[in-house]
Formats: sequence, structure tokens, C-alpha cells
Amino acid sequence: MNQKISIDPITRLEGHGKIEIFLDKNGNVANTYFQIPELRGFERFVVGRPIEEMPLLTNRICGVCPEAHNMAASKAADAVYKVDPPRTAKMLRELLYMAFYCTDHTTHFYALGGPDFVMGPDAPVAERNILGVIHKVGLEIGGRVIQMRKYGHAVVEMIGGRKVHPCTSIPGGMTKGITEDQRREIEEMGHWAVEFARFSLKLFSDIVLGNQEYVDLILGDIYTHSTYYMGMVDENNRVNFYDGKVRVVDPGGKEFVKYEPKDYAAHIAEHVEPWTYLKFPYLKNVGWKGFVDGPDSGVYMATPLSRLNASDGMATPRAQEEYERFYATLGGKPVHQRLATHWARLIELLYAAERWVELVTDPEITSPNVHTKPVQVPTEGIGIVEAPRGTLTHHYWTDERGRVTRANLIVGTTNNYAPIQMSTHKAALNLIRDGRVSEGLLNRVEMAFRAYDPCFGCATHSLPGQMPLQITIHDAQGNPVEVLKQFC
Amino acid sequence: MTTNKPKFAMYWAASCGGCEIAVLNTHEKILDLDANFEVVFWPVAMDAKYKDVEAMQDGSILLTLFNGGIRNDENEHIAKLLRKKSKIMVAFGSCACEGCIPGLANLSPVEEIVRTAFHTITTDNPNEIYPRTSYDVPEGELRIPKLAPILLPLDQVVDVDYYMPGCPPESHQIAAVIDLVIQVIHGEAQLPAKGTVIGAGNSTVCDECPRARNVKTIKAFRRIQDIAPVDPTLCILEQGVPCNGPATRSGCNARCPQAGAQCIGCYGPAEGVMDYGARLIGAFASVIEANTPAEIEKILDGIPDPTGQVYRFNLAGSLLKAARPAWGKEAS
Amino acid sequence: MTETFEPTIIGFTCNWCSYRAADLAGMARIKYAPNVRLIRMMCSGRLDPTFVLRALSGGADGVMITGCHPGECHYMEQNYKALRRFLLLRRVLHGMGIEPERVKLVWASAAEGARFASETTLFVEEIRRLGPLNWGKQEDGPSTMDHEGPSSIVHGQEVEVPA
Repeated sequence: MNQKISIDPITRLEGHGKIEIFLDKNGNVANTYFQIPELRGFERFVVGRPIEEMPLLTNRICGVCPEAHNMAASKAADAVYKVDPPRTAKMLRELLYMAFYCTDHTTHFYALGGPDFVMGPDAPVAERNILGVIHKVGLEIGGRVIQMRKYGHAVVEMIGGRKVHPCTSIPGGMTKGITEDQRREIEEMGHWAVEFARFSLKLFSDIVLGNQEYVDLILGDIYTHSTYYMGMVDENNRVNFYDGKVRVVDPGGKEFVKYEPKDYAAHIAEHVEPWTYLKFPYLKNVGWKGFVDGPDSGVYMATPLSRLNASDGMATPRAQEEYERFYATLGGKPVHQRLATHWARLIELLYAAERWVELVTDPEITSPNVHTKPVQVPTEGIGIVEAPRGTLTHHYWTDERGRVTRANLIVGTTNNYAPIQMSTHKAALNLIRDGRVSEGLLNRVEMAFRAYDPCFGCATHSLPGQMPLQITIHDAQGNPVEVLKQFC
Repeated sequence: MTTNKPKFAMYWAASCGGCEIAVLNTHEKILDLDANFEVVFWPVAMDAKYKDVEAMQDGSILLTLFNGGIRNDENEHIAKLLRKKSKIMVAFGSCACEGCIPGLANLSPVEEIVRTAFHTITTDNPNEIYPRTSYDVPEGELRIPKLAPILLPLDQVVDVDYYMPGCPPESHQIAAVIDLVIQVIHGEAQLPAKGTVIGAGNSTVCDECPRARNVKTIKAFRRIQDIAPVDPTLCILEQGVPCNGPATRSGCNARCPQAGAQCIGCYGPAEGVMDYGARLIGAFASVIEANTPAEIEKILDGIPDPTGQVYRFNLAGSLLKAARPAWGKEAS
Repeated sequence: MTETFEPTIIGFTCNWCSYRAADLAGMARIKYAPNVRLIRMMCSGRLDPTFVLRALSGGADGVMITGCHPGECHYMEQNYKALRRFLLLRRVLHGMGIEPERVKLVWASAAEGARFASETTLFVEEIRRLGPLNWGKQEDGPSTMDHEGPSSIVHGQEVEVPA
């Protein structure tokens, strides 16, 4: 019986998770298992519900990114009725979505991922959190982070009806539009968001890229994996969060496939393991070869880094400049170093803010024509968007009255389950030697999965918070011999 | 690092994280929370572990906000653990109060829930593998929690002091409750009676809704996509879209009706309502304009999913709790 | 089990007609099945669907609601409300896996003692045929903590995993 190190629960993660690390008789890592211990059953209980409720019910898959599910379900519901919403409705949805992206990426960078860099991975535990960041960069910054969240959610509420679990998106469009007063307010906030995004990138540049130690950390092998990369792109192969085709590039950066949402099932399959409630998506046409890197393994990633890798550029000017700088600095495409995801996320933040301004200054954004009545008999539909954590697919079949008869959902973070498993194992394997577990391990194992932003962000003001980790080391008889803890 | 500030905890069971976001959407109010409390356990935000909670003295946590329904044995275990360690336990949000959306799983046997998830069209599972609560890998044993046959609201497994409804509770309500609790700590206010619903109103959503209401005579029920956008000045139910306002507790400012969408009932039963679905059935039935069975049935056909319509958020908390197939075999 | 199942029925009867009909049946010594426990309301329109759900979740196998014939309601139109609630309630119960036949609505006037009796007896036989509902059995909610040790994830069911 191997020694087992249990990390339970993982925190700063959407929902629940735990890590089990097994050591061999030399005290080196034999294997690592990243388990997901929960299942709620959405794919079963949405059956029987009317299709127009899908955006509302699937909001509750995740209260951090309900907007993503709301969008995917709305697009799927449109497809079910084969109805095309008016241009203004689509713009309003995308505008809401861009504002949401801004809050979400901000939350992750400043409260979760950022502290590792702003403070450093080996900084004293008590400082390696949002408070430490604020202390180092100033209270004014903290206020700005709160402001970004406030603005983003204000826009979500104005367009979506509520700050959490928006309710205005229905098959065929929206239940209402926006007034000119609202439009002006949203525009003002959008300009502010662009400046905030630029500021965040500068912060990253000064504090992280200006520090050789961090650059080495990012470029290091421990957090590097060579897999396929997935992201949604527009007709010019630029990153688009709301609509387009799904593009996958191979570990060498070459396009492997570009598919329309309706064809997703020909390209994605999900592998099952009996020790976890979550499945592992992989590329069907490459095949499941296990938790391994490389072009022969069907494992793929879907994160901000993936989206940049899978695209030919960003669709807005300032974000495009940053995109070019990103690849120039890191030595070309694709970038395999997972910690670079934090940087990619900020580039996406800038794109979302610029796109926000683009949409809200479109002359038709205040048009009252926001809904097209569906007239076709409902049948089946697929909607795909890019959730902040990855490509999100909603697929519904309905009866002739529009009641769901079957559903298939492949959720953002799920795409990354195999990469998360692999990254966690690689970090543990490289950091735990001869049965010795150091404080540095705790944070550096966290950093392995934190880069993926597994669906939850704790916001602007997190309490003295570093990752709660407790590692218990057992001897051969299973008696605990050492307990290492990190908490405040 | 310990302080003399009263201790605070927040935990999520079978939930979505929306309640956490709603708390964070109180924006600067969070600073007041931080100034007045020591946060000792909040898995989303900071690093205390289950073992740390176990090591705390019973009753040493002043206030625990528990959101999420009880879906598996880990949820139940932590609910009981936190109950022991906390003076005041609040069922926070619709999931903890009444089961909320994950409670819809109670319409099916839990075996079907699992089977469906592991047999989607993209799932590659020719050997019919299902998750196991205990599974031996070459290196040792792996465990995951066991699913309960039905999802339960919090007060079905532990004693609850207060209920704060909403999916999620609106941030202005959360801010008000934080203010109240801080006042209580400073001796400036009293806590309400145990069992009170806090952070919400005593009336129905209709009371907060600015739309004009007349005598209702429903001749047909409509789907919102068939008549959108609805007349912005008139009651949505009157326009034929089934709006759950009449049975739903006030407190949210009727945001959804103000945004042109029907109320779907996320604030749970209004004051004095024993079964949300029954109340809504009564409300809808009262305004149908028909007296013969044939005419009535025709109008009712306009509601495509009556069970989901009336029990969308409240199934687990209702009198029946779950559909018959979900209760499973005879209790052995 | 060889005993005949004796259904437990709750009967919500309107004061002005069906309750009097029940009275009449009693006085005329008309035999009818004793399984129905009557609860008197002033009007069938008083029937809150909650009553039906309380009855079913509390151990009843069936619920009978009786009111005045359409057009004869003592309070003018309230029996129509009862009818509408009953029809919507049945649909909801159907979605909950409860056979619609377990809840029955009967119009009977005060003079129809014999009819009240026969409808009651008919209903009891119908419920006997359907079998017990047994809702109350798991009222306390199943506890998950009783299931220890290696087992499938699902209560009471083993699932084989290939080696």
C-alpha cells in the first residue's frame, strides 16, 4: 500500500475538488489523481422543461459565469426554432457578455492568479493574496478592481435584468432593449474598462515580465504541456467569445480542424474514469491515449491561452498589439507554458473591453427591434460560446411543443479536466522527492491548476486568503508523520 | 493569527457559486464584513480546511451562511459539522432553503441522473463505467462522496436558525443583513425570532412590481417567445405568460418583470405559504376564464410543463419533496 | 402479503351539498365503504391544493373532493374555481408520478345520498386497484450516512466495473 497525500478540499475552485498523491517506496510520486466529487444532474432534469427555460435553468450550472450558459442556451434555443434574432438583440447579448468577461477575468487575475506573480510564488504565505497585492501596489488599485466588478455587473443588470442569473434572453432575441441614457452610461463604463485593462497589462509587464525569476518560472518545464488547443474564432480567425466556428490547432500550431457548432459531436468525445464524477473530453479523431501530451494524444486545452494559440489574432487594435507582443516575448506560436495563461487572460480582458465599446457605440444598439417571433416547429439545436474557462457547448432536442427531450452539455472547465489532471501530476512529480514536502510545494502545486481558472473567482476583496492546503504524509503503516498546513 | 472579532463562515454544498458572487457584489460592504468578523472558513475565498473546522470549539463560529442543497454524504457531513460549530446557522439562498434548481433532480431516480450523465451522445463509455464511491487504483484506494437518493434542503438535515431566500439573494438584501448583524454585535439591535425569513419581504413579488394589474381573465396561456416583447405597463400574467409572482416572496424588487420577463419564482414561497406549488396552482386556477372541463383543459394546455412551472425552485422543499420514481424501491 | 389493502381516503366535502348528502346516506342507512375520512369545508371553492398534498404526503392513498353541481354553488361560482384547481393539480401530480385517478372530483347535491355513497365506494375500489401510495414511509428523508464501506454510488444498487 502506497503512502497517500490527500489535499481535500481544494479551494478557490468552482464547486469541489480534491487531489490524491500516491508516493512510491522511495518517497517519489507514483501517481496523482484530481477528483471531482460532485454531480447535480442537469442533463437529466432539464428534460421535460420548455426550451425557453434553458437559459434560465442553465444559469444555475454556475453562478460565477451564468452569462456564459445563458448565451449558449439562448443560441441553442434559437437553433431549435431555426429563428434568427434581430441584429440589435445579438449585439445586446454580446455586449452583456463582454461586460461579464471583464468582471470575470479581473476577478481571477487580481484575487487568484495575480498574487502568485505580484507577490511571488515563495512570498510569505500571509502576503500571497489580494490584500498583499493591494499593500504592494496600493489601496487605489484595490478600489479600481472593485470598480471594474461594479461596472461589469451594472451592465449585466441593465441588459440582463439581474446581476446574477440574467433573465432577458429568450428564443428569438431579448425581452427588452436599452434606452439612450443606459447606452451612455454603458459607454462611459466601457471606456473606463479599456483603461483598466491597459493598466492591468502594464502592471503585469512591470511586475512579472520585468522580473527574470518570474519569466523563468513561466517558461520553466514544470508547468509546460504540449497539447492541442481549442478556441472559437470569427471568419478571419480572430478570437471571438460569442459566435463563430471552433478551431483546434495541433501542438505545433497548425490548424487541425475548424468546425461549425452543429458538428461538435463528430469531433469531441468524453472519456470516463470510475474515480471521479466528471468526464474527460478529448479529440475523437485523434483518440484517447491517456493523460499524455503530444500530437498523438487527443487531450486538448481550452483556456485564454488556447484561444490565443488557436487564433490568428485579436479583432480589436489594442488587444492585437498585445497579442503580437505576447508571442514575440515568448518565442512564437503556440505557447505551451501554462502559466502564460495569466497573461493571455489580460489580453482577453482588453479585447472584451474594446469590443464592449465597439458594440455600445453601434448606431443600432438602442433599436427597439430586439425580438423575432419563432414560427418554425422546434426540433433540435446547438449553441456554442467561449466561456472564460473554455469552449461551452449546449445541445438540446425537443418535442414539437418545444419541451426538452434530451440534452448534452460540455462545459468550459470540463474541456480542461485532462490537462488539469496532467498539470497537477507533473507539478507534484517534479516537486515531491524522497518523501520531502516543502512549503513551496503547496503553492506551486496550486499554481498548476490555478492557471486554468477552474470556474470560480473570488472577487476583489478576498479575506486573508491563500489557498487552503493541508498535506498529510503517512508512513508505510499509514500513520501520519507530518502535517503541513497553509492557511491564515 | 487570531483576533477577538466574532467568527464568520460561509460554505457551499450542492450549489452554483451564485450566492458567493452575490455576497461579493455587495462591493464595498464586504470591507465592513471583514472589519467586524474573522473569517474562519470559506473554501472559495480562504484556506481553512475541514480539519480546521473539526478542531474548532462547538459554537465558536458566531455566524455561518450555508448555501447549497444536500446532495451527497459530504454535504450532509459538513452541514452537521458546521451546525455543531456555529451559534447561528443561516440557510442562505434558494438551494439551502428549498432545494432550488438542483432539486429538480428529485423528479427522477438518482440512478437515472447518473446514467444520463454517463451516456450522453459524446460520452465514450462502451463498458458502462459509472463512478464508484470507493475504487482501487494500482497505487491505492480512491473515494468520492455517495449521492443521496433525493436532494434535501438544509433544514431537513440540521436545525436552521434563519432563512435567506433568493437565487441568489439580491445584493442589497445581503448588505442589509450584514448591517443588521454588525449592529447586533455592537448591541444596537436584536436578532429576529428564530426561524424568521430574513433579507426578504413579507408579501409577494406582485406587491413590488410596478406593472398595472386589473381583474384577470385568462383565456389562454402564452409562451414568452410567442408574444415578446410584452406590453411594458401591464401585468405579465394578464398578458397570458405564466408569471409566478403571486406565490413568490417579495424582496427582489420584481427585477425580472421589470426587465420584461416573467417571474420564475426564485425567492421561494410567500409568507404563510406551506407549499409553493399548491399556492401557485390556486392562483393560476383562480384567474382562468372558463367553467367547463373541456375549456379549462384547453387553456391549461398552454402551460407545457405544469410540474416544472409550479415547482421550479421549490420541489425539494415542497410537501411531496420528490416525484414518486425518485423515492425508489420499498424502504428496506 | 395476503391481507387486502384497505385504502385510506380523505374526503373534502362541501357543507351545502355533499356533506348533507353524506348525512343523508347515513340516515338512510345506505352502505358504503368506510375508508373515507370526511373533512367538511364551507364550499368546494375552499379547497386549497395544499390540502390534497398534505393528505397524500401524510399517508392518504387517494383524495376525494365533492362540491355542488355547476350552477348550484351556494356561493355562486366558487365550485368552478375548485374545478380549475383540480384540473391543474392533477396535471402537476401526474408530473410527480402520482396517478391522476388518485384525486377525484364529484358533484353531488344534498339530495343525492345514494349517489354519494356509490361514488365513494367506486373510488375506494379504484384506489384499491391502484395500490397504496406509501408516500409517508420516507417522511424523515433517507439518511446517507448509514451506507458505509465500498459500494456503488447509488443507494442500494451495485454496479459492476470491469477489471
